[in-house]
Amino acid sequence: MPAANRVRILDAATIDRCLTRIAHEIIERNKSLEGLSLVGIRTRGVPVAQRLARKLAEIHTAEPRTGLLDINLYRDDLSLVSTAHPVLRKTEIPFEVDGSKIVLVDDVLFTGRTIRAALDALMDLGRPDWIQLAVLVDRGHREVPIRADYVGKNVPTSHDEQVEVRLKETDDTDEVMLIRSPVPPTQAEGGA
Amino acid sequence: MRLRSPHLLGIDGMQADEIELILDTAESLEEIGTREIKKVPTLRGKTVVNFFVEPSTRTRSSFELAEKRLSADTINFSASSSSFVKGETLLDTARNLESMAPDFIVIRHSQAGGPHFLARHTACSIINAGDGPHEHPTQALLDAYTIRKHKGTLKGLRVAIVGDILNSRVARSNLFLLTRMGAKVTLCGPPTLIPLGIRQCGAEVTHDVDQAVAGADVVMTLRIQLERMRSPAFPTNREYAKLYGINRDRVALAAPDAIVMHPGPMNRGVEITGDVADGNRSVILEQVTNGVAVRMAVLYLLAGEIGREAAA
Repeated sequence: MPAANRVRILDAATIDRCLTRIAHEIIERNKSLEGLSLVGIRTRGVPVAQRLARKLAEIHTAEPRTGLLDINLYRDDLSLVSTAHPVLRKTEIPFEVDGSKIVLVDDVLFTGRTIRAALDALMDLGRPDWIQLAVLVDRGHREVPIRADYVGKNVPTSHDEQVEVRLKETDDTDEVMLIRSPVPPTQAEGGA
Repeated sequence: MRLRSPHLLGIDGMQADEIELILDTAESLEEIGTREIKKVPTLRGKTVVNFFVEPSTRTRSSFELAEKRLSADTINFSASSSSFVKGETLLDTARNLESMAPDFIVIRHSQAGGPHFLARHTACSIINAGDGPHEHPTQALLDAYTIRKHKGTLKGLRVAIVGDILNSRVARSNLFLLTRMGAKVTLCGPPTLIPLGIRQCGAEVTHDVDQAVAGADVVMTLRIQLERMRSPAFPTNREYAKLYGINRDRVALAAPDAIVMHPGPMNRGVEITGDVADGNRSVILEQVTNGVAVRMAVLYLLAGEIGREAAA
């Protein structure tokens, strides 16, 4: 793929600053971290959630609990013909969901369908007091009425562009790329 | 990663990565069984026909639970209540079932190849829940899942399968799976209950149970299937228990952390003594629990393959 089609829209330092700001916003908005948990959506929402938890610990001494959510069982495109079902990974929520305060964390907010699935998945595990949403990148093009409470960076994109988040924990580097070539987004990637 | 077939007809012919995909998926699904609300919406609107021509309690209820936990709709047909007893052929029954447009047919049949026949003649995804003495793939998968949970891996393990090998589809499916995954399998039973040529499938064969069990990581006992024996394969149950039954002394010969398995239903005091079946080495009830997660994994993965051939 020609290099001209890939533009770095966030580098490591900017990603870090975005997460620091989100951590402050979480505290500002909720005052206390009492009963608050971060739940990362697999795959890249998980490291983002863990980084946010560490940031919150730095600012506020206590590190909030974190959980991992696999939303594949709740996808709305499972019955589409000729696509193999995505590989399932474990959902691990090591705390009581009933009465908890949850900040759901993902890397990219796009159509909103992943978040819809994540909300259903969480609700099946119990009844949280409330759920907020934090994302590293909001690229627009919502297909369901969902919005984020905390956004690292708003990136205006066109539909045929792709946003690729790469994080040290999963990809050995920290950067967010905007890919301009009209590559059809694959089903598994692309941050739905 | 995906399965290579829209059906699960047997372990024979499956690749190691497909088996691992099923086991890994089951591991992710197991958590659902521990929830207060044990249900996910994944197979909403899918219909599963459980078509059991041979009696079964464990397997049928395990499949039904797996289907329900994935929100599929289920219909049960059993031999006694179906038009089978009125003389309808398998093909006609299959065509009639198909007319109701199910997505899956889970079939248990007394004839080897029954599920394969259905796979050729219907458009549904077929899951073999045991065909005569041939294969019982989900049992082997849940056994492998249980072993992997205890031992971490299947590779390099020594597994002794003791009992009625001749009539056992569980033995065949396990033999295919375990050897494919790199375990070493020793089959043991009276000469009348060991099929000829089974060594060619990669198993060691012995008629000395102490030798089979010595140092084994897994001792798998099989039910004596009196209903499948056309002529007596051994003089008395008591003699069988003495020569081949798994008791405390024989378990002591196995590896110190060996596990004891049985696919059920058990003939207590024949192929396994009560104290071993209920003892701390026994994982027999875990096998049953794990069966639900493994069958959910099979349904989830096969559902992703439905329509693939038509679309391709």
